[in-house]
This record gives sequence, C-alpha cells and structure tokens, in this order.
Amino acid sequence: MRAVRLSVVTAAATVAALTAVTGCAEKSDGKGDGAVQVIAKDDSCEVSRTKIPAGHVEIAVENKGSKVTEVYVLFPDDRIVTERENIGPGTKAKITAEVKSGTYEIACKPGMKGKGIRQTVEVTGGKAAERSPEMDKAVAGYRTYVQAQADETLPKVKVFTDAVAAGDIEAAKKAYADSRIGWERTEPVAESFGDIDPKVDVREDGLEDGQKWTGWHRLEKALWQDKKLGAEEKALAPLLYKDLADWQKRVGRAEITPTSMANGAKELLDEVATGKVTGEEERYSHTDLVDFKANVEGAEKSYELLKPIASKNDAALTATLDKQFAALDTLLDKYRADKASYEFTSYDKVGKADRKELSDAVNALAEPLSRLAAAVTK
Amino acid sequence: MRSGAGETSGEKDSAPSRRALLGWGGAGLALGAVAAGGAVAAVRSDGSSEPAADSGAAVPFHGVHQAGIATAVQDRLHFAAFDVTTKDRAELIALLKEWTRAAERMTAGQAVGDGAYGGPAEAPPDDTGEALGLKPSRLTLTIGFGPSLFAADRFGLQDSRPEALVDLPKFPGDNLDATRSGGDLCVQACADDPQVAVHAVRNLARIGMGRASVRWSQLGFGKTSSTTPDAQTPRNMMGFKDGTRNIAGTDDAALTKHVWVGPKDDGGWMTGGSYLVARRIRMHIETWDRTPLQEQEDIFGRDKGEGAPVGRPKERDEPFLKAMLPTAHVRLAHPDTNGGASILRRGYSFTDGTDGLGRLDAGLFFLAYQRDVRKGFIPVQRSLAANDALNEYIQHVGSAVFAVPPGVRDKDDWWGRALFS
Repeated sequence: MRAVRLSVVTAAATVAALTAVTGCAEKSDGKGDGAVQVIAKDDSCEVSRTKIPAGHVEIAVENKGSKVTEVYVLFPDDRIVTERENIGPGTKAKITAEVKSGTYEIACKPGMKGKGIRQTVEVTGGKAAERSPEMDKAVAGYRTYVQAQADETLPKVKVFTDAVAAGDIEAAKKAYADSRIGWERTEPVAESFGDIDPKVDVREDGLEDGQKWTGWHRLEKALWQDKKLGAEEKALAPLLYKDLADWQKRVGRAEITPTSMANGAKELLDEVATGKVTGEEERYSHTDLVDFKANVEGAEKSYELLKPIASKNDAALTATLDKQFAALDTLLDKYRADKASYEFTSYDKVGKADRKELSDAVNALAEPLSRLAAAVTK
Repeated sequence: MRSGAGETSGEKDSAPSRRALLGWGGAGLALGAVAAGGAVAAVRSDGSSEPAADSGAAVPFHGVHQAGIATAVQDRLHFAAFDVTTKDRAELIALLKEWTRAAERMTAGQAVGDGAYGGPAEAPPDDTGEALGLKPSRLTLTIGFGPSLFAADRFGLQDSRPEALVDLPKFPGDNLDATRSGGDLCVQACADDPQVAVHAVRNLARIGMGRASVRWSQLGFGKTSSTTPDAQTPRNMMGFKDGTRNIAGTDDAALTKHVWVGPKDDGGWMTGGSYLVARRIRMHIETWDRTPLQEQEDIFGRDKGEGAPVGRPKERDEPFLKAMLPTAHVRLAHPDTNGGASILRRGYSFTDGTDGLGRLDAGLFFLAYQRDVRKGFIPVQRSLAANDALNEYIQHVGSAVFAVPPGVRDKDDWWGRALFS
C-alpha cells in the first residue's frame, strides 16, 4: 500500500453503493430533507438525530470550528463505513452511505487527529439495498475465498517470521514473498480493517510522524539492504505474525458487497499500477512480480464470481475483461519458468521497455475493470 | 469561428495585420525562413482584428482537410505519439471510430460520452472533467499514421503505405532518443487553453487503453501576446522573432502546391491529407545566452529587435540572401536555397524544467506539414544540418514522421476510413 491514508479511502469502497459527494458539495445548503445534520466544532460534534432509518443516508456536515476536520461513520469495531476528510473551517460537506440496521458511531476529528469526538447512532428498519440470490452467492463465494487465503497464508507467515526470529537471513529471504501472496490477493479487504494494514504492510515513506515502522517491509529492508537481523528485527517477527493472526481472525467478518468486490478488483489493479509496476513496493527484495501476480489473481477471483451477473448486464464488458485478464496472465507467465511456481524474475532485471509493456497491460485491464461495479449493479 | 483558418475573407491583397502574421507564425526553427505567400489569416472579414482566441470559439471539426494544419495557430500544444498495442485490425478501426466521435465532441467544447458527472455512481465518468466550463478554446485534434503502422506483418496496410511517407534519413548532428521518437499514431492537440489541449489527449489516451498506449508526448507553448490586437510576431526561446513568413492558411494556391496531397499523388487515400514531420529540437540555452549580439544576429541572418533581414529595415522586407553569411539560418532555410522547398510550420516552444545539470531543458518542438516530405523537410534539413551556424546551439533529440489523412467529412465518417476501406 502507498500510505496509511489510502487504507481509509479504500475502506470506504467496501460498503455498498456508498458515494462520497465531492466537488460542488460545499455549495449545498446542507438542509436536504432527511439529511442528518452534523455541526462540527473544535470541541464538539453535534449530531441532529441519533435514530436513522436504514438504507441510503445523507449526512450534511458543517464545520463551525477553527480547525480542519474530518467526519467518519464507523462500525462498532471501528471499521470505517464512510468518511470525508479535509472539511475546512466554515465549509460544508455532504457524505452519503448505504447502511443496514445496527449501531454505528459518527466521529468528528478536529485537526484530523486522534480518535475523534464520537456520538452513537442507531440505524433501524430493513430498507438496506435488496440483494439477489446470485449476488448473495457471489458474496458468499468471495467471503470463503478471503478466509481461505488468510488460513493458508498464516503457516507461510510462520515460516518467514520463524526464520527472522532465528536470525536465518537466507531462509527468511526465501520465505518472504511467499508469505505475502494471500494478503496481496485480498488486499482491499485487509485494508478495510484500518488498523491492521499500517502495522503489517506500510512502507517507510508511508509512515506518519511518530509511527513506529513494523511489518513486512521493515524486515524486507533489514534482509536485503542492511543484510543483518538485530534484536529489534527479531522482535518484530512475532509481532508481524500476531498482527496477521488478528487479520485471519477478523477477515471473515469483513463487510463484503458485490460493489465492494468489483471495486476491490479494480483497486488491486490500481495497486499494481502505482506500486508494483514502478518497483516501489518491493524496492529492496525486487519481488514485485510476485505481488503483481497475487493482485491480479485476487482481482480475477472477484471477477469470476461476479461474471454471471455482469455478463447478463454487459456482455461486451465481460468479453473484454476475459480477454484482458488472459493477456495479462500470459504476459506475466513470461517472467516465470514454471507456471506452478511463484518464482518470478527479480524486478530489477526487468528493463524499461518491458515495464512499459506490463504497465500497458495493466491499464488495458484496469480501465474496463473500473466499469465492473456499474455492470453488477445495473 | 469569427476569424481564422477556414475563411477566405477576400482580403488577400490588403496589408497583413500584425495579428494576421502572428496567426500563421508557427514557430519553425527554419525560423525567418521565407515561404510563399503573404500571411493574411486571422483578419475578420469586417477588417477589424479581434484576436480569435478571445472568442474562445470552436473550430469546425468536419471538412475536406483536418483542422489543425491550416487553422490559425493556437497558443498551446499537447502532442502525443502512440504505439498500437492490439494486433487486431478490427480493434484498431474501432479505436479510430471512437476517437473520431470523442474528437467531434471535444472540439465542439463538449464532454466525452455521457460526460464527467451525472452517470452511474458506481462507474467512473466517461469524461475526466477538467475541461468542464472551459470554452472550446479553438481546440483542434489532428491525427497522423506513422510508417510503422504500415509494416507488413501488422494490419495489412503495407500496400497502402504512401511513397511520400519515407523514413527520414539520419541527418548530421542528430542525437535521437528512441523514447521520444516514432510512433504508430500521433494526435496533435492545439488550443488556446493548455488545459483544453491536455484534457483532449488524456481522454483519447484513456479510450485507447488496451489498444494503443502513449509512447511519448510533448507539451508546447507558443505565443504569449496573442490576445492583443497589435500582438507581435512571436519569439522563440532564443529571443528571435519566429515565423515572420510562413505558408498562410488562407493562401489556397500555396497550400495546394506545398501542403495538401493531390489526387494524383500517392494513390488516392491521402488526397486532401498532408505529411507531418515532428522534431524535438533542444536548444543549448546557456551557451546561446553567452553569445555576442552580433554573432547571434549573424547566425540567424536577421536582427534581434525588429526581425529585419540583413541589410533591410523592416521585419517583412524581402530578404537579400547574399547579404547574409553563407551559414546563416535564414539563408539556408530559404526556399531559394532549396529548390523552392516550402513547408507549413506550426511548431511550439517547450520548457520541460531542467536537465539535472541545472540546464534549462528547452527548445522548439518543430512541426511541419508538407505535401511530400522528400520535397519539403528533407532538403531543407539537409541544407541546415550540413551548414547552419545555429547547429552549435541546437540538437535534434526526437524525430517522427506521419501521414496525416484527409479530413473527416461528416458524422458517419471517421479518421482513416479511406485507408482502411
């Protein structure tokens, strides 16, 4: 992932039909019928109603404080339903979300820091978006996949973290890329837990002031660049395992919808386009193509599950997607001798022209993939 | 549009206004080079000279010729060369049709497809949106086909490659960067607002994904004083007036003779088209700025202030070539020195920041249209490359040549139909 902030934005996509109103939102009077009014000040967060009917909810925020603020709608376990950042003093903003019945919290964060000033709200009624049986099937299939990825990944993580803890550099290097595949396949879901991703998958340039650098990339740097494992690194290994065990435990409860699956597939390609194709993600180990392949596989899984729905609504789109997935897979196979293995060419050995070819293939797939959510919900 | 290219205002015999000269002064490095015809382009038929740019008007997209060639030169450029990544001829044709429809809309000041907002919330909008609310800004989009598109193993076009679409020879002093050269397709976007030009190329690139990918692109700026009626001939990055005389967009005789491909040339499908040479010409700005004034003026063959040719008082006086040094740029580029070779220039200055050594990465993005490259750019550049005193201060670092097909006739026509039919 690029930065901590990204995980917050990504999380927003995991709730059905949830759209932050952007652009001219500030111009609205914020007094739409039925909108929940939030008055944000430096020391308060006034919510006009604490009982809200389920379904499409509009939140009209007005920042009457002196600091820039952000407003969140949160699940009870702190996962993000939706959020809007950078609401300047004296400005208004609108947030929309699709919520089911249950208990939520609305949080204002004056200065965009800390846990925020919170207010509990109850959502009642059954007006949440109707879902067809085939959509339920797709969601159930994806939920199973996500859980299986986590379950299969944990032992591989153990091999890696045990090697690090034992100070065995060569064994750790060998186990590194493999330990990440399941995570990379399901990254948008993992990132929807805003707290896990920054602990396990943050890169040095993604750290916030005062944030301690932990996780895979911290160890990657130690292994490939510093070429030594000190006491501190050895201590980080069990922590990584613990954080990922937490992921395994919680991933099954993630909020998954057909829209979040479709957008998640696109986001996986976006991850490739911004982080892997440039070689930034695995800048020390150069195992970018392993992540690349895993991201594509995860996107392909989402797509395969949604295809029965999407092909009915937009057959031309699914024909294009079939073709572009196949083309990208074929291209990636050029970089591994054995199709059953995840031993890919080290990315520092992939020349400029070949990186351009990979980038073109990602764009060729990601552009039509960005229309999958619309085809699913049509 | 109220003034400019398409109109023949019947004012050909009147004295050209400064604005008019400006309009046709596409900055060519064949700089003061004299071309046929007086420039009387951008004069309104009522004789006033309100700059066309002020109107923000739309240039008609449909016509016998593509807009963006004889059209009065706009302020800004975004030029992009593409590699066609699909191997499928039908996909390439579909792309050209989609590009044509998008170009029709964007040149009229409209958003692509269903627009930048108001569509389904779950899908990205068809249009990227950064040109919303901006005027058409005289946007023109001009397409070209590179020699590589006609290769034998690609789209079955090998027999249609025009003879005039030659691969350029290597000129002495060339230092060409492959990543800034060539391309199967090119799109020249010219507009008075840079955001409008960038928006157009960005949207076409997006539509092309999976079928065509951007190989290289260049942003250009040209004139800085075009909105005032008494604007001057633009100056290039070396500080000299550039494009004092060029083929005028209203001079039908010169266009027919030197720019448009005729029905008897090249087997038909290019009739009404033209050939484009694009060269990225880097200027050694810092050493140029240390060059004495007299030497600078001798190199060009014109003075720096007025822009007058050597021995003459006024910018637009007929140059007396023999008064110039044999190595003077204007002398070597002049049609009389090159067997009458004449080209329509519409290049732009560029500045792409600095080069890591603190030197300005700047120069001229040279664009020249002609009926036959073998009779236009090649002889002129041969003459310049061998002898031009300016060569000490410039280097050609990018190069491409394209066959620019005739115009899109109507709503059913598309870019390249004659080639693919």
